[in-house]
Amino acid sequence: MFMTTPLLQLTDVTIRFGGLTAVSGVSATVGERELVGLIGPNGAGKTTVFNLITGVYQPTEGRIEFAGEPTAKLRPFELTERGIARTFQNIRLFPSLTVFDNVRVAFHLHLAHDAVHSLTRGPKFQREEVELRERTRELLSIFSLERVQEEPAKSLSYGDQRRLEIIRALATRPKLLLLDEPAAGMNPAEKVELMKLIQFIQEKFRLAILLVEHDMKVVMGICQRIHVLEYGRKIAEGTPAEIRANPAVIAAYLGKEHA
Amino acid sequence: MPPKSQLCLLAALAVAGVATAFAGRMDPYFLDVLLSVGVSVVLAASLNLINGFTGQFSLGHAGFMAVGAYTAATLTKTLGAKLLPLVGGQPWVLLPLALFAGGLTAALAGFLVGAPSLRLKGDYLAIVTLGFGEIIKVILQNVEFVGGALGLNGLPTTLNPAWSGVIVFATLAAPMLTVYVVWGLLNSTYGRGFLAVADDEVAAEAMGLNTTRYKITAFVVGAFFAGVAGGLYAHIKGTLTPGGFDFNKSIEIVVMVILGGMGRHVGVILAAVLLTVLSETLRKFGDYRMILYSLLLIVLMLTRPQGLFTWPLWKRKAA
Repeated sequence: MFMTTPLLQLTDVTIRFGGLTAVSGVSATVGERELVGLIGPNGAGKTTVFNLITGVYQPTEGRIEFAGEPTAKLRPFELTERGIARTFQNIRLFPSLTVFDNVRVAFHLHLAHDAVHSLTRGPKFQREEVELRERTRELLSIFSLERVQEEPAKSLSYGDQRRLEIIRALATRPKLLLLDEPAAGMNPAEKVELMKLIQFIQEKFRLAILLVEHDMKVVMGICQRIHVLEYGRKIAEGTPAEIRANPAVIAAYLGKEHA
Repeated sequence: MPPKSQLCLLAALAVAGVATAFAGRMDPYFLDVLLSVGVSVVLAASLNLINGFTGQFSLGHAGFMAVGAYTAATLTKTLGAKLLPLVGGQPWVLLPLALFAGGLTAALAGFLVGAPSLRLKGDYLAIVTLGFGEIIKVILQNVEFVGGALGLNGLPTTLNPAWSGVIVFATLAAPMLTVYVVWGLLNSTYGRGFLAVADDEVAAEAMGLNTTRYKITAFVVGAFFAGVAGGLYAHIKGTLTPGGFDFNKSIEIVVMVILGGMGRHVGVILAAVLLTVLSETLRKFGDYRMILYSLLLIVLMLTRPQGLFTWPLWKRKAA
């Protein structure tokens, strides 16, 4: 599909937990500024793939490259440093921190100050703090969450928590954003909003997005390309139209007799 | 113009200076309690950084206190006769240096204990620090150089006119410095990382925070101030025995942090003051004091699990 090196490349990635092979020989790519979907029935290994990409797990075999460099042995925070940000299937905010601080903490990677500066509190430190407050406010206002910025994150509505998690991930300035089932638990109207939001983010922040999602409407509606997993193996790859017509995918989702 | 927080610190240190000048006219018992309160605040505020703000569970604060106490006491007493002439015979120079050295050795011990165990998530730290406290006690009981089980006696105290001023000033200034450091560390974008680690380590890591480093930083800074507190304690009491730094002592500090409300600046300071004064007034009941402590904890956990001093007035706000 594309000529340049992909942003993210998985080559024959396998991971075994004892006797269980959770992901087996998966190869996949995500290009710069591409919106890619990763789908599959329950237990197909989608979240495991996410955890492999973000360094939570190390692959038993195969290699993962991000921006042309192998990611083996890097810890999750080091991958975030290199430009991979993520959200979680079951929202993981910092519940007792305010909405504002949830986002501000994520600017962390681009901080010039450290522990010592927070004690000396010199003019440089002061300036940076003011600037960070400004940028946090700006980011929150793009998604109109500034009205609740002083509330603890746990007091937000479910939909707002989902959005806050995405905003927080954006504050790390990623090149690749991984969204783990962002539409889970949303009603149809919220899902439409979410689709608009994801497309808006991709355009505004010029990044690639890898989307794990159960909801076919969401995936088919916005993704440019889709990878399909079943039992830890990749069974198909293609545009939404190709995936919709793929017999293996239909068999995986609806059973053999429908294929 | 320095920031407001530093002006506050300077003002507080000035108050400590004035109080030191009047120390000679204070009732000796009152002065003794005041100094004990100072040590407790240092201990509680520093443990609050580890257990409260960063969400780890250390049970080894008495162990770090012992390391600092014995280091400082060795420098002022055992080696004091040699070292004092080197600094012009000035306790005003030797004591701060000894306290700093005590803090550094405790911080080093904290690093050695924390670096391997803080990589792990969960309750390992509690078990490791518990073991560490016991090990330190046993080591001190068996090292003749520091007096073995009998401990060290005859340290310079406030009864010694040459030392009195610096001991009082250091004991009043240390809690202010500790509170400033803990407050300063937390009130910055960098420092919000400690709170993030406490809230959700996995999410913090995903946001690019080196969670291990945060935990070790909190632990080492906490151990440093526990060491300083130990050094102060040594020069208030004048005697050190390994038994004084047992598990009960660690628990006492943990109780202060829980009672004050984990991760609350003002609450934990108030709890440290309250419990120290309370335990002084309960001294006549001797060992039964610990029964009262346990009862207090049980009642507290049933009625105010979030801590005693946690009114909205002091809630963590976006600074």
